Amino acid sequence: MKISEKFRELKRKKEGALIAYICAGDPSPDATKEYVTALVRGGADIIELGLPFSDPTADGPTIQAGIERALDGGMTPDVYFKTVGSLRVHIPLVVMTYYNIIFKRGLEKFVKDCVASGISGIIVPDLPPEESGELAGFCRKHDVDLIFFAAPTTTGERIKRILAEGKGFIYLVARLGVTGARTDVASSTRELIQRVKTTTPKAVGFGISNGEQAAQIISAGADGVIVGSAFVDIIASGKDVPARLEALARELKEGARIS
Amino acid sequence: MKRELKSTKFGKYGGQFVPEVLMPALEELTEQYENYKDDPVFNEELNYYLKDFAGRPSPLYHAKRLSKEYGVKIYLKREDLVHGGAHKLNNTLGQALLARYMRKKRIIAETGAGQHGTACAMAGAAFGIKTEVYMGAKDTVRQRMNVYRMELMGTKVIPVKSGSQTLKDAINEAMRDWVANVETTHYLIGSVVGPHPFPTIVRDFQSVIGKETRTQIMEKEGRFPDSIVACTGGGSNAMGIFHPFIEDDVDLFAVEAGGSGMKVTDKEALHSATLCTGEDGVLHGMRTKVLQNKYGQILESSSIAAGLDYAGVGPELAYLADIGRLKPCNSMDAEALDAFNDLCMLEGIIPALESSHAVAYVKKAAASGDLGDVVVINLSGRGDKDLETVMGMRK
Ligand SMILES: Cc1ncc(COP(=O)(O)O)c(C=O)c1O
Repeated sequence: MKISEKFRELKRKKEGALIAYICAGDPSPDATKEYVTALVRGGADIIELGLPFSDPTADGPTIQAGIERALDGGMTPDVYFKTVGSLRVHIPLVVMTYYNIIFKRGLEKFVKDCVASGISGIIVPDLPPEESGELAGFCRKHDVDLIFFAAPTTTGERIKRILAEGKGFIYLVARLGVTGARTDVASSTRELIQRVKTTTPKAVGFGISNGEQAAQIISAGADGVIVGSAFVDIIASGKDVPARLEALARELKEGARIS
Repeated sequence: MKRELKSTKFGKYGGQFVPEVLMPALEELTEQYENYKDDPVFNEELNYYLKDFAGRPSPLYHAKRLSKEYGVKIYLKREDLVHGGAHKLNNTLGQALLARYMRKKRIIAETGAGQHGTACAMAGAAFGIKTEVYMGAKDTVRQRMNVYRMELMGTKVIPVKSGSQTLKDAINEAMRDWVANVETTHYLIGSVVGPHPFPTIVRDFQSVIGKETRTQIMEKEGRFPDSIVACTGGGSNAMGIFHPFIEDDVDLFAVEAGGSGMKVTDKEALHSATLCTGEDGVLHGMRTKVLQNKYGQILESSSIAAGLDYAGVGPELAYLADIGRLKPCNSMDAEALDAFNDLCMLEGIIPALESSHAVAYVKKAAASGDLGDVVVINLSGRGDKDLETVMGMRK
């Protein structure tokens, strides 16, 4: 399913989107299939599946640990595309990985592998628009969305450029810093949501962990929330994982529904 | 020079592969550096510190006994005599001063051997800027003395326990800190690596080595050397001495760490010879040569010299290697130790293990005639920090 289609559907229903991140292969490819199913049952609208990279500079300790578990569990890009291709879900799937993984596979091959395995969007935290020309070209050619970030430090001029190049949704970074669960909503988050004026859906990530925050972010004008570390924390605990993933997804989706 | 700053690349290498959060900071840094690099007030202040604080110019020393032993006329550029015991201070004084002009309140850095961290601590203390240094937990053990030195000068050393617990992980952690504190903090990167404009800025501040060498060798020899040899981790001492000679008829040798052999597995390399064996990739904000597996996962590198133990290399060196302007080569751990002994016994100089790799290459290559008649070795640092390692090996 295309990302834009999903956001149109949610708009009709007047709901904010829940975009749920987990790291593929954490702790095993089979577990990932089970966890994705649980997240979808809980109400996730889009699944963002991390493809692990050895040196994840944009991630905090929680997701770093998830990435390490995935790598130890044997996750590679080959296994990744096989695992994703075997998922039976009817919502958009997005890959999140670092540029070297894409670069090493070959940009076009990577994009084609995405298409073949049912992935409709690509997020690369270390690829600003300045460096994205080539990959963006292949994404256009194969109709895959390349998703860009805007941060509290991003100037007005850059926002224009990011909006011009970005597809699918724009990823608003809620606060300066790396990924990791928090419990509050920073004022810089509200300010950023206001500052980015566009018809492209705006999804806010970094630090969201509960339904209350999700509700606040959606009522501040965002179209979706992105939640990762809070799910990865559950996976790390190893206890009752599918049921707890589902429950958290449900809480977050409840929060995002109120707009 | 101006034109070069605007371009973020060296050929296909370099660039700015960083999170969006950092892009405005890189723009600001580029702008401010552009602003100050030819500013007379800034340069007067920097030169004052280089001279009266760092002890520059460093001597160019004719190593007579080593020359006789190796069969080629050898000059040592004595960066080991710079305050702190390595070339690193040239860069940290420049960047810390820049940070002060940019009104940044805090400096963060990564360090491998602890030399760059120590040089940051010195500059931070001298300029009164709060300084925090990330260091791989493994390195905090093998370079214990430098941890103490940093702490004595008021720097907080933060051990990094993620990944391989060495330099690359310290860089990862410093970048994460910078992302969170970019508005108040300058990331004082320690080599010619990272996103643009760092490779250019660090090279420029280190170029004082090559500029002095030009004058000194003319005084002593009445001509330029046939070749210049420098050890290469990230490549800052190498670029510092090479850069002023780029347009001249002088052969440039970048000596990497051959470690204990050229073997690699899916996870690690027994060496750190990135220019020699690495493949194109993107790491720490730059496109460059990288030690990686077939999926693009970065390998853990290895070397007896912590300062060379890095899976990446500066993008300008990758470019110069591609176009044939410099020759990448390497020395093994054992060869470096051997050269370390030579320099101790023949010249009364205890070199850093990093620098010993350059000396070792000269020992190997002199006989072939490839180096010509007159060679300058950039003796990037002194070996006090390595005594425990060396004594351990001798046992
Ligand atoms: C004495 C010495 N030489 C060389 C290096 C390697 O760095 P670079 O290649 O940037 O000069 C280090 C790094 O710590 C060092 O301490």
